[in-house]
Amino acid sequence: MSLRHAIVAMLLAAVATATLRLQASEIPHFERRSGFSFMTPETQAIQNDDTSNPGMLWTLDGEALWTSKAGAAGKSCADCHGDARVSMRGVATHYPDFDAAQRQPVNLEQRINLCRTGHQQASALAYESRELLALTAFIGRQSRGLPIKPNSDSNIEPFLAAGRALFLRRQGQLNLACANCHDDNWDRHLAGSAITQAHPTGYPLYRLEWQTLGSLQRRLRNCMVGTRAEPYDYGALELVELELYLMSRAAGMPIETPAVRP
Amino acid sequence: MSESTDSTRRRFLAVAGSTAIISVAPIFTANPANATSESLAAAIREVVGGEVIHAGKVKLDVPPLVENGNTVPITISVANPMTDADYVKSIHVFNEKNPQPNVGNFYLGARAGRAQVSTRIRLADTQKIVAIARLSDGSLWSASADVVVTLAACTEEAS
Amino acid sequence: MASALINVPGKAKRGEIIEIKTLMSHIMETGFRHTVTGEPIPRNIITSFSCHYNGVEIFRADLFPAIAANPFISFSTVATESGTFDFHWIGDRGFSESASASITVE
Repeated sequence: MSLRHAIVAMLLAAVATATLRLQASEIPHFERRSGFSFMTPETQAIQNDDTSNPGMLWTLDGEALWTSKAGAAGKSCADCHGDARVSMRGVATHYPDFDAAQRQPVNLEQRINLCRTGHQQASALAYESRELLALTAFIGRQSRGLPIKPNSDSNIEPFLAAGRALFLRRQGQLNLACANCHDDNWDRHLAGSAITQAHPTGYPLYRLEWQTLGSLQRRLRNCMVGTRAEPYDYGALELVELELYLMSRAAGMPIETPAVRP
Repeated sequence: MSESTDSTRRRFLAVAGSTAIISVAPIFTANPANATSESLAAAIREVVGGEVIHAGKVKLDVPPLVENGNTVPITISVANPMTDADYVKSIHVFNEKNPQPNVGNFYLGARAGRAQVSTRIRLADTQKIVAIARLSDGSLWSASADVVVTLAACTEEAS
Repeated sequence: MASALINVPGKAKRGEIIEIKTLMSHIMETGFRHTVTGEPIPRNIITSFSCHYNGVEIFRADLFPAIAANPFISFSTVATESGTFDFHWIGDRGFSESASASITVE
């Protein structure tokens, strides 16, 4: 074997070992903790009280939007779905979900827009718009306390695998994978901030840094900018695949929407 | 969007946690080199005049190390019976290093029952917060607290 | 669109001290921020908050840019009679919002 071949073989072995090490350091089930547990008691108190949780302002807006007629069809969400407390209970626990017509998974924001354009003949709501955040927060709120459901649809498996690969892939100028911080170094600190395990239990959530409610995709793009990588566009399949993997990684943990985070 | 405040105003700190310091020393000393900055002193003077401010009676509850300077929960309470004869008229809160020294003025009265106000404030940097209460007899009482503010690790670019 | 969240107990005993919590949706733009191109973003804050209990002011606050976005203000009052709490927020650019809550005092 030539020297070059030997070096390449050694590098491949190193990469393979590194990958195995990443797999070995997936957080054990019993050690999983919500981002809530990494916060100070003062910030936890903001989330726990519905009249002091700013995310509830959007939830109330969402409740009003739920019964507002929209689009050429002149229908409101309630016209088809009735009382959200009943019909939307548990829905957020299994999104992103596979959409047969789209032949790929869609997240809750995309599902809402599919309903708006398909059934209400209304225009899609822009990502991170107040209306879309309000509706997602309102729907998410109906699942508060319920455990995230692992997705058993076999159609979703390739996308879940893709999401996992994205989570493990080093990226950006800082050459960091999500797993480097959130699987390997949670509970340590990055500057003054605690590194959490990155479970999406409370989205959309009120982030103190944003001083407003924001979606999981906003947070993911935020992280990508943090690693000095070019963030995927809102609604990109890669972000939905990542969301899908994060939800499966958090399966069984209770929904906290709308959460508060630093 | 992240606050585009001057990044040199915020400091990285390795220390995690210290106890909140409730000042029991008089607010105004003769020493101008005190931590109290000029604009803070001026803002206090503007609200309470040149009167003597006593230390005590006021309790300032604020986390010693905040998660995010954008939203810092604080509670100011004053030990006072809150009767028609003896009550807290107002509570004034100031900060030391924000671009502007005032935080809020809260007007109570005997009907409050309890002299306690809670709110959430913004702190641009590690600094001192001062709360001054005016009682119905005209006297002024104060407390201060030192708060450590750290920079968020991953901030968004203005997108 | 809902702008405010109020927490007032629905019932109280006469003479009981009750806690009132209010949360108002507002960006509280400080006036000290700049856009990426260096343009100052003008101040836009709530400047004043008041609470009236059956028409009598029982609490008032002056707010400055140092108050966090979506201002949360919590205070207390003695429950004296059944009636209504009226809350009012005013601010820059003609901002004016009201909310009310009723209480039964026995």
